[in-house]
Amino acid sequence: MSVLVRLRPPWIALLLCTGPAVAQTRPIVVASKPFAESYLLAEMFAQLLERAGHPVDRRLGLGATEIAFGALRTGAIDVYPEYTGTGLLAILDQPVEPDPRAVYRRVADAFAGRWDVHWLPPLGFENTYAIAVRRETADRHALRTLSDLARVSPQLTAGLTPDFTGRPDGLPALERVYGFRPRAVRSLVQAVKYLALAEGAVDVIDGYSTDGLIARYGLVVLEDDRAAFPPYEAAALVSARLWREAPSAVRALTQLSGRLDEATMRALNARVEVSNEPVATVAHEALAALGLASPADTGAPRAGAPRAGLVRYLWDRRAETARLLGRHVLLVALSLGAAVLLAVPLGLALERWRAGAEGAIRAVGVLQTIPGIALLAFMLPLLGIGTAPALVALFLYSLYPIVRNTYSGVRDAAPDAVGAAEALGMTPGQLLRQVRLPLAAPVIMAGVRTAAVINVGTATLAAFIGAGGLGEPIVSGLALSDSRLVLSGAIPAALLALAVDLVLGGVERIVRPRGTPA
Amino acid sequence: MSEPAATALLAEDVIKRYGPVTALAGVTLRVALGECVALVGESGSGKSTLLRCFNRLVTADAGRVSVQGVDVETADPVGLRRTMGYVQQEGGLLPHWTVLRNAGLVPRLLARPNPDALARQALALVGLPSAELESRYPAELSGGQRQRVAIARAIAAQPPVLLMDEPFGALDAITRAELQHAFAGLRRRLGATLALVTHDLREAFLLADRVAVLRAGHVEQADTPDGLRRAPATPYVRRLLETAEVA
Repeated sequence: MSVLVRLRPPWIALLLCTGPAVAQTRPIVVASKPFAESYLLAEMFAQLLERAGHPVDRRLGLGATEIAFGALRTGAIDVYPEYTGTGLLAILDQPVEPDPRAVYRRVADAFAGRWDVHWLPPLGFENTYAIAVRRETADRHALRTLSDLARVSPQLTAGLTPDFTGRPDGLPALERVYGFRPRAVRSLVQAVKYLALAEGAVDVIDGYSTDGLIARYGLVVLEDDRAAFPPYEAAALVSARLWREAPSAVRALTQLSGRLDEATMRALNARVEVSNEPVATVAHEALAALGLASPADTGAPRAGAPRAGLVRYLWDRRAETARLLGRHVLLVALSLGAAVLLAVPLGLALERWRAGAEGAIRAVGVLQTIPGIALLAFMLPLLGIGTAPALVALFLYSLYPIVRNTYSGVRDAAPDAVGAAEALGMTPGQLLRQVRLPLAAPVIMAGVRTAAVINVGTATLAAFIGAGGLGEPIVSGLALSDSRLVLSGAIPAALLALAVDLVLGGVERIVRPRGTPA
Repeated sequence: MSEPAATALLAEDVIKRYGPVTALAGVTLRVALGECVALVGESGSGKSTLLRCFNRLVTADAGRVSVQGVDVETADPVGLRRTMGYVQQEGGLLPHWTVLRNAGLVPRLLARPNPDALARQALALVGLPSAELESRYPAELSGGQRQRVAIARAIAAQPPVLLMDEPFGALDAITRAELQHAFAGLRRRLGATLALVTHDLREAFLLADRVAVLRAGHVEQADTPDGLRRAPATPYVRRLLETAEVA
């Protein structure tokens, strides 16, 4: 080997070390979690890397902490923005620690030791939980701190994200440290909690201190006077591969360390969440302001300022929508096709083995009850992120209606006629091919149709693991509080579901044998 | 009756149990070649179970069942069934097949060269104008027409043995009488051996050479209609005759 190296003409060696522009074997995969700040930071990472000459693959809006971190740990992604407090409590499951430096040191050591995953120096701001109330609620009860809030909490309804309710540093911490006992707790997703608070549906929500919407709705953030929440310093979390193999990429990312303060971040988030400016534009301008991007090179076109009508907006996005639709149809078609290939023979086999049939079908049905995100998180260590786990999940979700309908369709197909045909000397094979399958075909097809329509809806979840499709604009739209973006995914998805239902309904009529009632 | 006439169907000491329920408690019955025997009895008397032993839809627990001298245990059940016509109460036609295709089922299973011709011939025998009806589906026929097609299907391959399980049981009284009389004439022309299950003693007396009265899984009495009228062997048979007003 060393001989070969020495024999190499000098220009090859030159080419191999021309600095950051060296071609990578694979683009650097930059990911984010599904909320605005995470998108924004990830986009800044991506632009920094691109400026340094690294090709980048963006996988924004990954499910939640388990999926994003799971993907990083298994090398499916290379970098995403994470918060030290989340690392400490949600990932390492360790107790709260009030000193930011200590938290950073602890997660940095633990992550490097356990998983060879590395925290770059913090970006410079904290984004902690911001327990927020309406201005009039604060005035009426004279609320300034969380201790004040706990005092009047029995009169208030809380609207909390499931994430906050479940994490040890979320609701349990509030209860333990402050004795917070709201009259009721409603579970609200990220995308609607601010609106729910502003409109009075709930009185208290869990926000993030840098959320752009806090200012928009004129909310009051209550001070964590007894330090229930640990410091949540934002930082880039990078994979082992990037850490070892691409020091120039790590250097590029480190340029942002210590450069973002809380006020800057809140203003940037507001531009995305409140003004609906494109993430790429906001990220680019923020980097330019820090001298990390050239102002002339204005990245993405500055769109979105005039709010065109929805129809116009959807029309302008038609090329992108067509691409996402194509991908969506592909995900549905492949997973459904595979499900039909397994589920129909399985249903037929179970019809032959009736003793075990109900149990087996119920077992397949249990798959249906696993929440999509949980199933995806489950498969992460095996299949990583992207298309493969999405296909497997959609395949699993499609099995039940097809197995169930095949089994009962064949079992219940004209039992009198089947009995007579058997008595006249049809073999079991002839009965199946000539009588039972043709008579069961519409029922089997109805199962396929049900599975297909469910599949079209479920496939929007694929966006949470970076598999694309029409869920992509839905997930980013929800994260960025951009309802037009949500609709640009949701409307085609709904139309697709309708179209699939219509087409398969037609197939159902075609396969229905003549002479049998519709 | 010439006593040593060849035996077409034979059941000897046949026992069949379904869990704790005894359907056949040692039944013996002989049906001569070309003879028509009606199996009569209440629900649960075992008459249908006995019929279904002959084409192996039911396998006896004990005893011997033979068809034309062949033990059904040793015969291939599918081949055996193709040599025996079968008609059930209702719903027996394949709903997705036309009348002609339904009637031609057994000739096709037997790979006869001319199944459609045999089907048309059988439809004519049961009194159905096949030109008009043969392309219809069962759902487009009246109940009586459906049962005629079912009979045509059973006889299309000209089987030596016919098994019929309450073939007219689901029809209204007028249609039933019509079909019973049509079938009485047809039977003589077919010359097939016939086992007919019915709970209607009048029907049995009309169609059968001999009537076997079954009760609780055994044969109470088997004789010609005249023989039964003359000498009912048990009070049960007598009561049955009186109730049916055929005594």
